[in-house]
Amino acid sequence: MRLDPIANPSIWRIVGFPAVALLAAVVVASGLAALAGANPLATLGLIVTGAVGSKFALLETLNRATPLIFCGLSVAVAFRARLWNIGAEAQFYAGAVMAVMIGTGAVTGPLVLPLSAFAAMLAGAILLLGPVILKTKAGVDEVVTTLLFNFIMLLFVSYLLEGPMKDAAGMGWPKSAALIAEARLPRLAQGLRLHWGFALALIAAVAVWVIQTRTTLGFEMRAVGQNPVAARFAGMPVTGVLIKTALLSGGLAALGGWSEVAGLKGHLSLDLSPGFGYTGIIVAMLALLRPLAVVPAAIFVAGIFVGSDSMSRAADVPTYIADMLLAVALLCMVLGVALTRMRVVWE
Amino acid sequence: MNPSGNRAQDVVLRLDGITKRFGMLVANDAINLTVSRGEVVALLGENGAGKTTLMNILFGHYVADAGSVQVFGKSLPAGDPRAALAAGVGMVHQHFTLCDNLTVLDNIRLGTEGLFGRHRAGVRARVLGLARDFGLSVDPDARVGSLGVGQRQRVEILKALYRDARILILDEPTAVLTPQEATALFDTLRKATARGVSVVFISHKLAEVIAVADRCVVLRQGRVVGDVATAFTNRAALAALMVGAEVALPVAMPAAPGAVLLHLHRVSGGGLQDVSLNLRAGQITGLAGVSGNGQAALADMIAGLIAPVGGEINVQGRKVPRWSARLAIAAGVGRIPEDRQKSGSVADFTLTENAVLEVYYKPQFSTWGWMNWRAAARWAQSIIAGYDVRCAGPGARMGLLSGGNMQKLILGRVLTAAPVIILANQPVRGLDVGAIAYVQARLIAARDAGAAVLLISEDLEEIQSLADVVQVMTDGRISPEFARGALTTADLGLWMAGLGQKMRDAA
Repeated sequence: MRLDPIANPSIWRIVGFPAVALLAAVVVASGLAALAGANPLATLGLIVTGAVGSKFALLETLNRATPLIFCGLSVAVAFRARLWNIGAEAQFYAGAVMAVMIGTGAVTGPLVLPLSAFAAMLAGAILLLGPVILKTKAGVDEVVTTLLFNFIMLLFVSYLLEGPMKDAAGMGWPKSAALIAEARLPRLAQGLRLHWGFALALIAAVAVWVIQTRTTLGFEMRAVGQNPVAARFAGMPVTGVLIKTALLSGGLAALGGWSEVAGLKGHLSLDLSPGFGYTGIIVAMLALLRPLAVVPAAIFVAGIFVGSDSMSRAADVPTYIADMLLAVALLCMVLGVALTRMRVVWE
Repeated sequence: MNPSGNRAQDVVLRLDGITKRFGMLVANDAINLTVSRGEVVALLGENGAGKTTLMNILFGHYVADAGSVQVFGKSLPAGDPRAALAAGVGMVHQHFTLCDNLTVLDNIRLGTEGLFGRHRAGVRARVLGLARDFGLSVDPDARVGSLGVGQRQRVEILKALYRDARILILDEPTAVLTPQEATALFDTLRKATARGVSVVFISHKLAEVIAVADRCVVLRQGRVVGDVATAFTNRAALAALMVGAEVALPVAMPAAPGAVLLHLHRVSGGGLQDVSLNLRAGQITGLAGVSGNGQAALADMIAGLIAPVGGEINVQGRKVPRWSARLAIAAGVGRIPEDRQKSGSVADFTLTENAVLEVYYKPQFSTWGWMNWRAAARWAQSIIAGYDVRCAGPGARMGLLSGGNMQKLILGRVLTAAPVIILANQPVRGLDVGAIAYVQARLIAARDAGAAVLLISEDLEEIQSLADVVQVMTDGRISPEFARGALTTADLGLWMAGLGQKMRDAA
């Protein structure tokens, strides 16, 4: 068996395979729900209404999509240049740490937000710099180094929350002090439970798209990703391009962590991310690494997250059923989207 | 041999009405081919004529849409690679399938006996016997990794004979050999046919086909267009059959060499040893050699991919302090890479993107890091028009182009930049005759316009017809310059084998 890429897939393929995938996900999900003793159709209905059924649910989904857009963009940018950044989770937390370091009173005034955003991007970028230099200079596989950084970062955050960053008024819980008001991202509108992080995520997606299609750097990043040998032959500074890609990718994931703290949570705790960095990989895959497609992909994934979460509460099925539904839905969609561009040939 | 009326009992291989389609393309169209006992049949044809497809069907890698394969009178089941081997058909591929870390003997044994084979002595005696009978001298205990290309080919042939192959199929066997090694191979083939082994010899080199084959079968566009006894034909007639029409290859007028534009002074690195080279304005320097003798390193160095270790590079009389691909391009070096797909282009990019791959950062195509795609598309369009690139337009994907059109775009990209030095590394490899003539004519025109051209090729005929001066590389070293016609093909062969200097010293 092998996979042949399709240069110009037909519209039927582009629409058909994801549709079939969604259908397959629904069938499997119904089976799982039935096994758990719930009414399958009602369960599915609960997922949909839980994700988009009300204004509250919809805004909750968009809030959840915000960090996924940032992480998805981070992964898409890196993978496009064939830099396998599996460490968006660590970069995400690096951004969150910077939001707290700068936003809890160290700096005051109107410049707190831009400053903490900049510091967050810088921290995420630096975090990816080490693995990329090891890759280009010593040939160390960045999949391994970036993945290991996730664990290092999580333990480091855990140390910070038990030590230097621990909230004195936190009744012993491992969480940071709350951000000051000036360091918080405002809501998009009065009384709306959606913060500016979502708008920034949309702007970031457009910016990445512009960089990739309109700038020399984007041209270099795509060339290095598609054919590094030809890029080198053509005289492109391959190492420099990879470093710039790493800075951009790490910065984007860190902005996700920063916006989650500054826009939603207001403080840092160890449960800030339920694996946004890893889910970002799925989002980027669903979007076929296209920056603008990252937005709908992230909203879709966030919808399933939020919907299955609310379903498991409403239908009183165990939460692991919700996790399994989530996994099934994502697996089916990634496969379905991949098949729009690939043909399976049996030999 | 009697080409038309093989006696039925003598026919060892019969392909009957083989047809194979790939989508719209008919790769093999009702091909009939018979091979008799002790006969050498040459299978001739340009790239894409269907030779490889036919052999893949014989070996069960592809299943034919129609037709049958018979070996020694028995039909082979379709799609079973082991069946052909078991029936006594052995193939020597262009790219060898040997394990470098094993000895010659172990390579020959590999795959023919069980996990715990214990008859080493018997194997050795048999291999030595075969080697003697067929004139394939090779040390059975040498590690294959330490052998030269010619010796490895002998191991491949021994391997096939050891497995009792009665029909040997050789896929472009001389592509990697010096003329002398090729002669030795032909001796082996004669010894084999004298012992009743039949040979199918795939090639597109007409001279050696005439020298070795009893009969020539010519394929063109998937059909058999000629099946003639070698005794009754000649090179011109075979060439006309292969191409379907007389093709006039460009004939270079004598050059008017000028100043030295590129001078390598005793450079080493990347496998090169103390190489000096002068490329003069208005002159084509041909660099011959068996592949893997340092030509790739020399090309990489001129292209700016590797920096010299020791020695220096002078461009137009000035020493270059630093050297990189971008500096080379800026210094006026136009580079046609050896592998147009791997290093010359990005398959998923459009023609426009490929056209500016080397120059996108110049003010003409970008300002402050912003691409000017309109200017790039105009540039690509002018290359497409000026170099006859057949395509849907500048927005088409590079990967959809044929090899010839891909090469024309790369050629156009290089020549439109008006280079003073042109590095042409195997510029016509794998192209059809029409594209070859086009590319060669353009290179000659560039030379006549005053460019210094380095033509690297493994095809001696190409070197001899195009190059004004010839140099030969062996083991990372370079021979002196020889004027056109100063060396015979045999002399060139000696230099390629590394014996040129000795011959010279002796004289």
